[in-house]
Amino acid sequence: MKKYSAFSLFKNALSYHENWQKVWRSPTPKKDYDVIVVGGGGHGLATAYYLAKVHGITNIAVIEKGYLGGGNTARNTTIIRSNYLWDEASQLYDLSLKLWEGLSQELNYNVMFSQRGVLNLGHNLQDMRDIERRVNANRLNGIDGEVVSPERIKEIAPLINISRNSRYPILGASWQPRGGTARHDAVAWGYARGADALGVDLIQQTEVTGIRRKDGAVVGVETTHGFIGARKVACVTAGNSSVVAAMAGVRLPVESRPLQALVSEPVKPCLDTVVMSNAVHGYISQSDKGDLVIGAGVDSYNGYGQRGSFHVVEHTIQAICELFPAFSRVRMNRQWGGIVDTCPDACPIISKTSVKGLYFNCGWGTGGFKATPGSGYVFADTVANDHPHPLAAAFNIDRFNTGALIDEHGAAGVAH
Amino acid sequence: MLLIHCPHCQEYRDEEEFSYGGEAHIVRPLEPEALSDEEWGDYLFFRTNSRGIHHEMWYHLVGCRRYFNATRNTVTYEILETYKTGTQPTITGANL
Repeated sequence: MKKYSAFSLFKNALSYHENWQKVWRSPTPKKDYDVIVVGGGGHGLATAYYLAKVHGITNIAVIEKGYLGGGNTARNTTIIRSNYLWDEASQLYDLSLKLWEGLSQELNYNVMFSQRGVLNLGHNLQDMRDIERRVNANRLNGIDGEVVSPERIKEIAPLINISRNSRYPILGASWQPRGGTARHDAVAWGYARGADALGVDLIQQTEVTGIRRKDGAVVGVETTHGFIGARKVACVTAGNSSVVAAMAGVRLPVESRPLQALVSEPVKPCLDTVVMSNAVHGYISQSDKGDLVIGAGVDSYNGYGQRGSFHVVEHTIQAICELFPAFSRVRMNRQWGGIVDTCPDACPIISKTSVKGLYFNCGWGTGGFKATPGSGYVFADTVANDHPHPLAAAFNIDRFNTGALIDEHGAAGVAH
Repeated sequence: MLLIHCPHCQEYRDEEEFSYGGEAHIVRPLEPEALSDEEWGDYLFFRTNSRGIHHEMWYHLVGCRRYFNATRNTVTYEILETYKTGTQPTITGANL
C-alpha cells in the first residue's frame, strides 16, 4: 500500500492524478480461509482489519452482497459519542471513541473525525434528572460530560430556541465535548484499504446464501459464486442478521426495523455541533458540505424494505423546526431509510453461538456507527481467541436467558 | 405510510391511528415457573423477525381500541390480510 501524504499528493499531481494506486484489489475468492467475515460494512471491515493487524490472522475474506459500506454505513447520521449510562455500554463506546481519536493516523486515511461536541437536550424535569444521573455515571467512568444550562446551550448553538414559551421548552442538556461526527464512507474505505493492504480479500457482489456445518461446527459458506471454506465465520450483517442466523439454525433476539434520515440542501455554516433530543425526537448536525443532516425515529413495525413511513419523518421535522425556527425555510434534499436490528435492551450482541466457529456481532440498532472501531476491535479479539473480549463479555447472547440485560434505551438516543 | 384495514371497524384507516404490537400468535406459557431460563427467555425476547411473510399484532389506538392481527410482507410492506384476534391467518409463508 502506498502511503497517502502531502508528498504523494504532489507527486501524483505531476501525472494529473491518473496514476494513483487502486485503493483495494478485487481478488477472486480462494477455496479456503481461516476466517470469513460476512458483511462488508464498517463493522465487518473493522473486524477484518483488527483480525489482521492485532491478531496476525491475514487469511481472511470479507464477503459483501452489494458494495463495501453500502448499507447502514452509508445511511446513518454519523454521530459519535460515548455518554451511555451503564458501565458495560459506556466502556465499550468509549473504547470506540478513543480509537476514533487516532483513526485517521492509524489508517493513513482521513476519516474527517470532528470532535464538535454533542448536546442531548432535556425538556422536562424527569429528562433533567435522567441527564444528571447519566452525566454523573459517565464521569465516574472517566468519560467527559457536563450538565449545561439553556444559556450555555445558546452559546454553543446560537440558532437554537431556548424560549420558555415553546411547546417543549429546553431546560438544559448534557454536553460531551469529545463527541462529534466523522465521514461515514471514509471509515469504510479506510478500513477496507487497511485490511486489503494486510492481505484480506474483499469480495463484493457476492451474497452468502447458506452456512455449511459439519458435526456442529462451521466448515464454510455457500455463496452466489459457489462454496467457500472457512474455519470461522463472523457475521456482521446488521438488519439481515436474523436471516443469516437462520441459515445456521440460530435464533437471535433482534427485530429489524426501518430507520430514516434526511439531508437538506447545502447551506452556509450555521451549526457547528450535534444537537439531539430524545423527548421531541430529532437530532441534527451540519456536514462539511453544508447539508443539515437530520435523523428521524425508528418506524414502529418490522421491515426489510430500506424505507419507512412518511409521518415519522414529518414528526422529526416538526421537532427540528421547534428547536431551530430558522430551519423552517430550509428545503430538504434527500430522504432514505436503513434497516436496523434492534435488541430488546438497545445494546448489541457480540457473541459466540451454539454453532462452533460461528460468531455474531449484531443488534446495534439505531446507534452502531459510533461504535465501528470498538465493535471491530472487540469482535476481532472474540473471534481470534474463541473467547469474549473483556469488554464484549457482557454483550453475550446468553444475557437474554439469564436476564442480565443492559438497558440503554435512555441513552440510545432514538426511541424504539 | 401504511393504509390498514381494521377488521373490527371494517374500514381502511391511516397508519397513524394504529400502534404496532409485534409478532402475533405467541402463546404465553401456562406455567411460567415450570420453564427453564432458556424457554422463558425465548418466550420473552426471541422472535422470528421474518423477511417476507410476517403475522403481527396491531392495536387500533385512536379507533375502536381493539387488537387484531395482520399478515404483512416485511420487504414490500404490503398488507395481505387483517383478521381478528383468536382466528388464524389464511395466508402463510407455506401457501403463498
